[in-house]
Amino acid sequence: MPAISMTVNGEKVCGEVEGRTLLVEFIRNNLGKTGTHVGCDTSQCGACVVHVDGKAIKSCTALAVACDGASVDTIEGLAQNGKLHPMQEAFREHHGLQCGFCTPGMIMAGIDIVKRKGKKLKEETIREELEGNICRCTGYHNIVKAIQAGAAKM
Amino acid sequence: MSDTGIGARMQRKEDHRFITGKGRYTDDINLPGQAVGYFLRSPHAHAEIKKIDTRKAEKAPGVLCVLTGEDAAADNIGGVICGWMIHSKDGSPMKAGPHPVLAQGKVRHVGDQVAVVVAHTSAQAKAAAELINVTYKVLDANVDPVASQKRGAPQVHDVASRNTVFEWELGDKAATDAAFSSAAHVTTLDLVNNRLAPNAMEPRAAIGSYDAGEDHYTLYTTSQNPHVARLVISAFVGLAPEHKLRVIAPDVGGGFGSKIFIYAEEVVCLWASRRAGGVPVKWVADRSEAFLTDANGRDHVTRAELATDANGKILGLRAKTIANMGAYLSTFASSVPTYLYATLLSGQYNIPNIYAEVDAVYTNTSPVDAYRGAGRPEATYVVERLMETAARELNMDPAELRARNFINSFPHQTPVIMCYDAGDYSASQKKAMEMIDYAGFEKRKSAAARKGKLRGIGFSNYIEACGIAPSAAVGSLGAGVGLWESAEVRVNPVGTVEILTGSHSHGQGHETTFAQLVSDRLGIPADQVAIVHGDTDKVQFGMGTYGSRSGAVGMTAISKALDKIEAKAKKVAAHVMEASESDVEFKDGSFSVKGTDKKMAFGEVALSAYVAHKFPTSEIEPGLKEGAFHDPTNFTFPAGCHICELEVDADTGVTEIVDWVAVDDFGNIINPMIVEGQVHGGIAQGVGQALTEAVVYDEGGQLLTGSYMDYCMPRADNLPSFRLDFTKTECPSNPLGIKGCGEAGAIAAPAAVMNALTSALGVKDVPMPASPQNVWNAMAHLREAAE
Repeated sequence: MPAISMTVNGEKVCGEVEGRTLLVEFIRNNLGKTGTHVGCDTSQCGACVVHVDGKAIKSCTALAVACDGASVDTIEGLAQNGKLHPMQEAFREHHGLQCGFCTPGMIMAGIDIVKRKGKKLKEETIREELEGNICRCTGYHNIVKAIQAGAAKM
Repeated sequence: MSDTGIGARMQRKEDHRFITGKGRYTDDINLPGQAVGYFLRSPHAHAEIKKIDTRKAEKAPGVLCVLTGEDAAADNIGGVICGWMIHSKDGSPMKAGPHPVLAQGKVRHVGDQVAVVVAHTSAQAKAAAELINVTYKVLDANVDPVASQKRGAPQVHDVASRNTVFEWELGDKAATDAAFSSAAHVTTLDLVNNRLAPNAMEPRAAIGSYDAGEDHYTLYTTSQNPHVARLVISAFVGLAPEHKLRVIAPDVGGGFGSKIFIYAEEVVCLWASRRAGGVPVKWVADRSEAFLTDANGRDHVTRAELATDANGKILGLRAKTIANMGAYLSTFASSVPTYLYATLLSGQYNIPNIYAEVDAVYTNTSPVDAYRGAGRPEATYVVERLMETAARELNMDPAELRARNFINSFPHQTPVIMCYDAGDYSASQKKAMEMIDYAGFEKRKSAAARKGKLRGIGFSNYIEACGIAPSAAVGSLGAGVGLWESAEVRVNPVGTVEILTGSHSHGQGHETTFAQLVSDRLGIPADQVAIVHGDTDKVQFGMGTYGSRSGAVGMTAISKALDKIEAKAKKVAAHVMEASESDVEFKDGSFSVKGTDKKMAFGEVALSAYVAHKFPTSEIEPGLKEGAFHDPTNFTFPAGCHICELEVDADTGVTEIVDWVAVDDFGNIINPMIVEGQVHGGIAQGVGQALTEAVVYDEGGQLLTGSYMDYCMPRADNLPSFRLDFTKTECPSNPLGIKGCGEAGAIAAPAAVMNALTSALGVKDVPMPASPQNVWNAMAHLREAAE
């Protein structure tokens, strides 16, 4: 089995994986970081969004071996020294989550939107950019508000 | 109001773990030595199983065991059941076919579970399943619920002749027919309430673990009601008695009804763990499997009629509904198109005569059961589409037709069982009309027309019955269980509190709202309160969360237990402060003696109760812990008015919702932030039903909408922001005055959208979901007129 190594949330990690092992499986099963979720099998729902070399990707659609040597950030790595990332804080403040299952992917996608589109986000921009993230609980109303507020504070 | 008491917009206590990736869902749990279960499922909608050869699979690498329906029968593993008995109008009991945990003799829908392979890894289990050789004799499939009752239609279950589970009725047929005979006008609508897949974002999962040393089972599962799961698996499946089975529902990623039910996979994981020698067996559905096997919702075909007099007063309502049950009767399937549906056909209106007939039918499709609203969205869709259509036919303003028929005095006994206890339907409609500027609609419509858009407005004045109790009442209607709730309040010696509740939170925020109730009552901060739920070893019993019942029923049980805590703490405080109990007052978290400066904080009294130095333990037992069971005296009746405004692009058929106002009466509200979130999510699901979602099978019973590529979940850009407000009439049947809010949005929304859409297009009906194609087809008359 191929041996791979990568930096996850700033820490060097390595492991042996099968060629077919997905990045999300490596993160969840090998590294035990279960904050990244799997909600579908067609790369639609976005519960598995992580950042690879600074860009948001769906970790259910990337092979772990393809991320050999990459720098990966997951939901577990966002808070620094016990201080929440502004996007995490905004989701709590604006009730941007209910069951919590889509939340890690939403927060990681939200941060990525800010990186690409800036801190002043219009509602329609956020709605359009969230096309790849499905939430069944919130009707998106408060997720949109949370991303807008989180963006302003980033 | 304190920062953490009733009515506070308190941020959620549970959020920290979810926003930091520390939630603990079933798939996040891994037990030592755990193996993986993989289900081989039927590729056919309807087939006899002639032979299953598992020999090659059993020898495949990593395989611990392969089990089939024959093994289940040999081990006396019973099937899963439907827990609500419905009788047909001729008095005969419903015809429930067997529902084995692994198919026996026949498969009845694509995805029906045929065998399970237990192996060390998922890849090994899947590879071995490929080696199982099943010989099928493929049968014709029965897919269309309307055709299923016809002579010669393929029979799904031998016990149900012409695929008919029951032919049920409610109301006075003769009186209703007479009302229709005397009517000045009759409005008729043929409506299809489209089949939906609930799609909680967390797919179902289970880990079964058998401890041979203790002869004891543990099940981790994605359940809304772990105690009911344990009861069914013990009493009906017969796997193990309740004291030998622990069911844990940890963090659950949404349910919407689909995780109420007891599914075969949960049973099989437990049983397979025993058969595999005590190795824990984990199964996690992928989304495709969820589409094939999660119980679906809705799926009604209805002819509905409304009779009115010359002044627009309603004289009667008739409905004939065919309800698709799918291939098996799921846990509460039979209650949904009957007592959760026809009992709400009076809506918010004085309707003197109502008669409903419901035929429930089997088809070769996945089972259908309760999905957010469960019967009440279907009823609201019938009533509110009829009201709007009748208004158009009578050339009346739909708001005026509604106002003329509102129920204005309470209690109000409808002709279909329900006795509404409180409400003010005029108030919510009036407020909603002001919010959306109803008077200005024609101007907005003209402005839209100038840019090539057809603008429409539609109302939905819904009512729902929540709580689903008292137990004796639901028992008389066929429920196999009582629908009360339990609570236990454990006060620790330092004055912090643990609440054990039979309600289950899977997004509703109980860890916050239940703590707010305790904070309010005991005068302690909410962060000193822990809510314990979802584990049958910790909570003695409970009925779980569905039907918007956790506030009205679950919190009332907590409130009753808090009454007992307060009463006992008062006794303790009286002894410690050497005062008469009648002189002790409890206010703002302190016990004080009237007319003196003697005072003890709640925490001090708690410590005194445990130290037990200063009161006679022969009279007062040490400690401070109380429990309560609460059985309500009536259903609760949340109601409100939702108004949708939308625009249709005449060239493409694309519908855009441009405004939404909702004015709901939920009685007293514990946390407005959380309640608003529930309404937002409910509306989104209702809009999904109206505009994007449908489960579709082809004629052979193959599922065409088996993934998110084909089943269109509403995305952020399909929806607007919503504008919400509330009116309030307190619920008289519980001391907190609360009614429930979890399903309202999903109940109200489809009719609001479709009333707006049909008003925009000037047509009587558009099939749901009103996809661009369906809308474009419905606009044919406009194109012809233009030519």
